[in-house]
Amino acid sequence: MKDKRDLRGSFGSMLRTVKKLFGYYPVLAPLTVALIVFSSVVSAVPAVFMQKVLALIEEWYLSGDWAGASAVIIPNVVLLAGLYVLSVLSMTAYTQIMAYMTQGFLNKMRQEMFAHMRDLPIRYFDRRKHGDIMSYYTNDIDTLRQLVSQSFPSLIQSGVIVLSVLAIMLYFSVWMTLVLLLGVVAMIFVTKKVGGGSARYFVRQQRSIAATEGFVQEMMNGQKVIKVFCHEKTAVRDFDALNEELYSDSYRANAYANVLVPIIANIGNVLYVVLALAGGIFLLTGATNFSLSGMAFHISLVVPFLNMAKQFTGNVNQLSQQINAIVMARAGAERIFALLDEEPETDAGYVTLVNVREENGALVETEERTGRWAWRHPHRETGTVELVPLRGDVRLVNVDFGYVPDKQVLYDVSVYAKPGQKVAFVGATGAGKTTITNLINRFYDIADGKIRYDGININKIKKSDLRRSLGIVLQETNLFSGTVLENIRYGRLDATDEECVAAAKLAGADDFITRLPEGYETDLANNGANLSAGQRQLIAIARAAVADPPCLILDEATSSIDTHTEAIVQRGMDKLMEGRTVFVIAHRLSTVRNADVILVLDHGRIIERGDHDTLVAQKGTYYRLYTGSFELE
Amino acid sequence: MLKKLAGCVREYKAPTITTLLLIVGEVFIEVLIPFMTADMVNAIKAGAELGSILRTGLILVGMACVSLTCGGLAGKTCAKASAGFAKNLRHDIFARIQSFSFENIDRFSTASLVTRMTTDVSNVQMSYMMIIRTAVRAPLMLIFAIIMGYVMGGALATTFVIVIPILGFGLWFVARKAMPAFRAVFRKYDRLNESVEENVRGMRVVKGFSREAHEKKKFAAASEDICRDFTRAERIVAINNPLMQFCLYFNMVFVLLVGSRLIITNQGTTIDVGQMGAMLTYGFQILMSLMLISIIYVILTMSAESMRRIGEVLSETPALTEPAEPLTEVADGRIDFEDVSFKYSEKAKLWALQDIDLHIRPGQTVGILGGTGTGKTTLVQLIPRLYDATEGTVRVGGRDVREYSLTALRDSVAMVLQKNLLFSGTIRENLRWGNAEATDEQIEEACRIAQADEFIRSFPDGYDTHIEQGGTNVSGGQKQRLCIARALLKKPKILILDDSTSAVDTATDAAIRAGFATRIPNVTKLIIAQRVASVADADLILVLDNGRIAAAGSHDELLASCGVYREIYQEQTGAKGGAEA
Repeated sequence: MKDKRDLRGSFGSMLRTVKKLFGYYPVLAPLTVALIVFSSVVSAVPAVFMQKVLALIEEWYLSGDWAGASAVIIPNVVLLAGLYVLSVLSMTAYTQIMAYMTQGFLNKMRQEMFAHMRDLPIRYFDRRKHGDIMSYYTNDIDTLRQLVSQSFPSLIQSGVIVLSVLAIMLYFSVWMTLVLLLGVVAMIFVTKKVGGGSARYFVRQQRSIAATEGFVQEMMNGQKVIKVFCHEKTAVRDFDALNEELYSDSYRANAYANVLVPIIANIGNVLYVVLALAGGIFLLTGATNFSLSGMAFHISLVVPFLNMAKQFTGNVNQLSQQINAIVMARAGAERIFALLDEEPETDAGYVTLVNVREENGALVETEERTGRWAWRHPHRETGTVELVPLRGDVRLVNVDFGYVPDKQVLYDVSVYAKPGQKVAFVGATGAGKTTITNLINRFYDIADGKIRYDGININKIKKSDLRRSLGIVLQETNLFSGTVLENIRYGRLDATDEECVAAAKLAGADDFITRLPEGYETDLANNGANLSAGQRQLIAIARAAVADPPCLILDEATSSIDTHTEAIVQRGMDKLMEGRTVFVIAHRLSTVRNADVILVLDHGRIIERGDHDTLVAQKGTYYRLYTGSFELE
Repeated sequence: MLKKLAGCVREYKAPTITTLLLIVGEVFIEVLIPFMTADMVNAIKAGAELGSILRTGLILVGMACVSLTCGGLAGKTCAKASAGFAKNLRHDIFARIQSFSFENIDRFSTASLVTRMTTDVSNVQMSYMMIIRTAVRAPLMLIFAIIMGYVMGGALATTFVIVIPILGFGLWFVARKAMPAFRAVFRKYDRLNESVEENVRGMRVVKGFSREAHEKKKFAAASEDICRDFTRAERIVAINNPLMQFCLYFNMVFVLLVGSRLIITNQGTTIDVGQMGAMLTYGFQILMSLMLISIIYVILTMSAESMRRIGEVLSETPALTEPAEPLTEVADGRIDFEDVSFKYSEKAKLWALQDIDLHIRPGQTVGILGGTGTGKTTLVQLIPRLYDATEGTVRVGGRDVREYSLTALRDSVAMVLQKNLLFSGTIRENLRWGNAEATDEQIEEACRIAQADEFIRSFPDGYDTHIEQGGTNVSGGQKQRLCIARALLKKPKILILDDSTSAVDTATDAAIRAGFATRIPNVTKLIIAQRVASVADADLILVLDNGRIAAAGSHDELLASCGVYREIYQEQTGAKGGAEA
């Protein structure tokens, strides 16, 4: 079930969780531990008082003199009550602190995770499924919650109680303790056996659930196809087979788990009887007791011992359950720490983008928004600062690149884009069109060759400033929850409402936005699901327009929008492209015709280069694509 | 709604009832055990002979065995009952979804249906298990333990009068206060997760615009907000533990104090040391039952949402009904629309189709053009009765589509959907969706018409090539051709292609159409397309606009008479002189 490596692994991530917790709460965390220990010890001591009281009862039993007896009994009970009050108070205190601390801890962890995630390179996101990343924030963080709010405290609590009770039991009688320990060993053995069976079937149940879920997902997606082909009955039949399997695994897993409870409870009962019998035999035979206290066998000792036996077995059980829970939670905690250990995107850039104004024919850096920008390029060797006007001149020279070391996807690619030029990439899926743009805004770094922006090596430019100078409109439009206006403003956070509306007008989006129920204040839920693909694209264009970058990367949408909307989108795009350097990833040839340069890519190499007329005249790949005798995808 | 769900228990009623009975037995014995042990302890204290102590001991062990048997069996039967209940729920939901019409399907998203069938059913299964195990157990235990306490402990049982109301009220208060707080937090949690999701999805946009800091701030605010609300809710719940502990402690002190007094003043005649121990156990049992009852309440409220969501699917009635005596044969591929108007829901203001009057002869090829939202797809969906016309009549083979059985109608009307889809399995298996009994020759013939045979043969495994879920390992154009072949295998009288060759190159597209003309001349063909070239040679071309047929005629007629058509044509062929749309 769990081998040593598992335990050590969980120990490692547990230790890190504890360290983090204590790091965040250097006062509250140790205080809580102290309070838990205190209240746990207190809950173990009643046995001592009970033994005393019972001994006193025994002493005064035949006298019937309550007045006399109460004088010695009551102080004991009052002392116990006093301890109990303290225990309840400390318990109240630590449960309240725990509630506060757990949520605070989760909040801090969430923020740390999110902050760290933000700084990870695109490479990280490209390699993982979205659902996988999502589950950090749902399942994994939930296992942390369980750990901090339940497993840790009850581990301490049960641990302390088990030790305290064991000590007291040994204080009372070593023989009786040994009898009890034998029983506990049997109990742990059974738990392992039955629990192991349960765990095995729970794993199978998990697998069955995944299979069923996969099937349902596929069928729900294809529900309309099922209808059109009248395949309903077959679908139900196939589903029932999977469903039956899930049922049988689920039944077995739960049956094992359910049976465990009465087994444990009744072993406890039997143990109780055995102990009582053992006690009875010891008492009757007058066996000599062996104990730390040196007490002789006495009924006042047997009764509290029986109660302790229950407490002891209960807590041993609790302890083993929590250890199991921690081993199970291991994966979640490990995943979270793996995320936090992930190397963030590095940025050694020192060239920044600044506002400038012209003074006596020379550029001067300024704080105010002048609408004119320049690269502030400090030269390390000479100690001088050069201001290079931002123009949007982008050059790739002999660039090689591969997403993974041994699989090259771009070979010796050179692209020259002068300010205001439109460069279009054409080629099949996987030819490397998107990859080139990924390199320009440094989502990925090149393996060989160089990329220059206004003559500056882009590795020297601070990433955020480089990206600020490059607008993007992606194939898949991603909008954020918020109003239409907020989504447009995403392009430049300090844009005024008027500037946003102006951008929407430029994009040709104003027309449909004003017809929305609440115009620019309409809430876009769920990635703008209430808008059509074309409308979402128009908002993305407006978003890029408000940012007003000198250079643009456009990845055309592949989803089929009708010719009318396409025309509007195209017009928006054209407006947006005016006066900017533009890289277009073209999926339709109709849009590249007026590009200054068309680059035809094939398996990572540029195979043709030139404007529309030249390429058509060449009668090469572009020509064949253009005439429709060749499939693009 | 509960009734609807309860109806799914069906054949698992027996294990449910068995569970309840077994639990009654288990509880009964659990309550008797302390009673017996009290006697045994007293006997030991009084120094009775070993034989009698041993006898009581054996009885107790026997009782433990019975309790174990009852408890163990109940554990099994209740696992069976709840797993079976869940199985029936899943079956019913799935079967219900299969009976949905397109209208019903549109109302639920795929993700939400999947969640209903997995997470929600699991929740209900767990609650059902908890409830049949504890719904009888907790109250019964409470009552038995109180009775036994009074029978055995007499005056000592006064402690219950004090402790039960305190804990009962406390638990009720906590549950009442905490539940709404938790529900509110969970909703906020969902929103936080949505925001994470849109960030993960839109990471390129975030980084592209250098908005990392902005997003961080937004997330932090949402996270802090949840933290505040969650802490408040958790702190209410945190009262439970100390409260329970307080009651246990109170019971302990009370029993020790009052018990020792009773024993000494009455010299052990009313109660003795053994009873003192037993009273502690009863106190514990009573308090635990109260705790369980409050847990049932919490579980029920927590799973109420799941139950509601499942009930929603189960009580959704299919929007289409079949006639009592349906026609089972479609005569030919004639299609008639008579004054048909359609809107997607009763409440919708806009008509998706309006006043459509259309007559298509068997074997004709009809092309349909128009922008998004002009009603092209809507129009053809009325033919296989994926939706019912709101007004007017749609006839196929001269009879109202509502007179046919759905199977007969849809078997004669093959439709290649715009969002076409292949299922995981081999190519051959996918094609057999069209006709389960199709021979290899028939399959290959269909593929030849759809221009798919050649590329299928180019795969190493040919027709046995495995298609991955969603058909991701074939290109868009190949997928479209496979879907056409699949539809052809139905040997339909009417074939509808809804923008089904958009990713196919023009030459292949033309070859497919040529195949239609020569190989299946008698089949009526409706082709929705974006490319004019795909429909130019059709017998009849319809241009839709705003849910109406704006123009109808042959290519040449439309070129001469219809401005919109001419515009599209010029846009696509690059012919000069086209005014901007």
